[in-house]
Amino acid sequence: MKILKLEKSDLDKWLAEWMKSSPVYAPVQSGFGSFYDWARLEQGRMPELLPGVPKSSIKTFLFPQPETLEEFSADPADPSAFILKAPKTAEQLTIIAGVRPCDARSVSLNALPYAKDPYYSNRLRNTALVGFTCETQCSTCFCTRTGGLPTGTEGLDIAITRMDNTFLAEILTQKGELLAEAGRTGTDAGGDALSRLEQSRKNSGSPVSSADDPAPILREKDLMALYQAPFWQEIAEPCLNCGACTFLCPTCYCFDIQDEVIRDRGRRIRYWDSCMFPLFTLHASGHNPRGLKLQRVRNRFMHKLKYFPERFGPISCVGCGRCIRECPVNIDIREVYTDLLAI
Amino acid sequence: MINRDLITRNINSRNTSNTYLPHPAVITEVITENSQIKTFVLEFTDKTLNTNFSYESGQFVMLSVPHHGEAPISISSTPTRPGNIHLSVRIAGRLTTALHKMEPGMTLGIRGPYGRPFPVHIMEGRDLLFVAGGIGLAPLRSVINYCLDRTGRYGTMTILYGSRLPSDIAFRQDLDIWSTLPGITCLTTVDTPEPGWTGHVGVVTTLWDHIQISPSDCTALVCGPPMMIKFVLRDLAGMSFSPDFVITTMERHMKCGVGLCGHCYMGGKLVCTDGPVFSMAELKDMDIEELR
Repeated sequence: MKILKLEKSDLDKWLAEWMKSSPVYAPVQSGFGSFYDWARLEQGRMPELLPGVPKSSIKTFLFPQPETLEEFSADPADPSAFILKAPKTAEQLTIIAGVRPCDARSVSLNALPYAKDPYYSNRLRNTALVGFTCETQCSTCFCTRTGGLPTGTEGLDIAITRMDNTFLAEILTQKGELLAEAGRTGTDAGGDALSRLEQSRKNSGSPVSSADDPAPILREKDLMALYQAPFWQEIAEPCLNCGACTFLCPTCYCFDIQDEVIRDRGRRIRYWDSCMFPLFTLHASGHNPRGLKLQRVRNRFMHKLKYFPERFGPISCVGCGRCIRECPVNIDIREVYTDLLAI
Repeated sequence: MINRDLITRNINSRNTSNTYLPHPAVITEVITENSQIKTFVLEFTDKTLNTNFSYESGQFVMLSVPHHGEAPISISSTPTRPGNIHLSVRIAGRLTTALHKMEPGMTLGIRGPYGRPFPVHIMEGRDLLFVAGGIGLAPLRSVINYCLDRTGRYGTMTILYGSRLPSDIAFRQDLDIWSTLPGITCLTTVDTPEPGWTGHVGVVTTLWDHIQISPSDCTALVCGPPMMIKFVLRDLAGMSFSPDFVITTMERHMKCGVGLCGHCYMGGKLVCTDGPVFSMAELKDMDIEELR
C-alpha cells in the first residue's frame, strides 16, 4: 500500500483535478443554517469537514431513490407497450469525498446482501470513496461498539488522516491509485509512514481495536430468547413509527418497488421503504403479520443485530449515531445492544 | 470482519442477467375457477425460454401487471407438463383486480421462479395427505399433479379440500379427475351448505373421521388460510405426525423475491428464499403470528 503526504493545497488540487472529469460530492455546510450534508462540489466550493457525520447517509449515492429498475411504453398503440426494459447504465465514475469510516463501512456491509443486485454493484463499481478518518468522536458516535473504528479504512479507496499540519493519504485500492495519479500532486510519505500513522493514532488516544463488537456474542445467542425478551415493549412504547431512523440509517436497505406511469411513459422504480410502517407487511387480504408497533420495532433491531449477523457475520450497524441524533423520542440503539447482550 | 471475497467476486462478475427484469408472457387461456379465482395459462413470448423455463412445485413467480407493479404468485401447474405455466389468482387487491379483467392474447411480465419448493424427494415412497382450503389448493395442485405424473414413486394419496360455500369450490376440473383415479381419496367439504349440496358440511378438519391414514408412513402437505393451517397442524401433531413430515407454505408481502427488500422477514427467515415451503419442525422454532 502506498502512502502519500499532502499539504492542504495539494488536497485542494486533488479535488480540483477530479472535478474536471467526474462529479465530486462531499459534505458541506448549507447556507441556510444547521444543515451539514452532501453536495456536489464546484470549483471554488470545497468540503467543510465538521466532526461526525453529515445529516444523510452515504446510501443516497449507492442506493439512491428513486432508482429506475425498468422503463416501458404505456402507449396502447405501441406494440411494445408494457414490455419492461432495463435503462442504460452509464459507466461514469462518481467520487465521494469526505466519507467517514462508519459510512464507508456501511457500503461494504450492504454489499453483502446486495452483491448480486445489478444496480447496486454497478454503482459500487463506478463510485470511488475518499475518506477522512475521525479525530473527534461525537456523543452519538459508537463505531467501536459495532466492529468499526474511527480510523477504519474498510470500504474506502483512499483514507486521509491529518497529521500535524499535513495529511497522509493511504491509497487502498486500484481505484484509489487512479485517483491519486489524476490528482497530479503529493509526495511519497516514506517507508515508515504507516508506523508513524499508527503511532500518531495511538498517541491521540483514539481506540485502536473494536473489542466491543457484539456480533460474535449475538450470533451465538438463541434467536427466540432474544425475540421473546421482556424489554421489547418498553423499547417500543415511545416509538412513533415515524421511520426517521430507517431513512437516515446507512445500513437500512429495505425497499419498495412501484410502477409509475405518466401519460405514455412508465417506469418501475425502487425507493426506500421502512419496516416501521404498518403498510410494509400488509397483505391485500387485510391480514397484517406485523400489525403491532412492538413487532415492527423488534423487527428492525432483530434484523440489524441478529438476523443479519446470522447470515453474513457482522451486525448491520456502523455506529454513525444518526438514528440516536434524530429520533424524536430518544430511542437509543446502544441501550438495545446492552439489553440484548444481557439476555 | 466483512467477507471481502464474497463482495469482490460478485462485484467483479458483471451481471449479464438482471434479476429484476420480467419476461413477457402471453395469456393463452383464462379458466374461471369460481367467482373469485381465475387460472391464467401463460406462455413466454420468447420460445426458447418457454421451452426451457424450469421450476419446481411450490415455487412462485413475480407477476407484473401493466400499471400495477408486481405480486408474488405461486405456480399451480406441474413442471412435468411443460409448455406453459398456470397461475391461479384470487381477486384481492388492486393488482389482482386488474389481472382479473385481462383476457387471452394480453401480455404480462414474469420473473422467477423463486423460493424453496416442496421437498418431493423426501416424500418418495410415502403416503401423501394433502389438506387445502380455498386458493390454498393452487400450490398443492402443482405438487399433486407432479406426484400423479411420477407414477409409482408415491404411496396412496388423500386430498381434502375445504371451501366456504359449494359455489366457492375451485379447481373443479382437477377435483373431478382426482376423484376418479384409483389410489386417490379426494373429499371436499363446505363450511356452509347451499340448496342442492349433498356433500360434507363443516371445516376441513371434520373430514379426519372419513379417511384412513397411517401417520408414521405419511407426509402431509397443508396450504390454506392461516386459521385453517393453524388447526390442521394442531390436529396432525395430535395424530403424532412427525413435524419433519408436515409441510406447509407461508405467505408474506414481497417486493423483490430474492431476499433483499426485507418485507417478508418472518422471525429471522425470509419467506421468499428460505420458504415459502416450511416444515412444521422449522416453524416450531419460530414465532408465527398466524399460528399462535
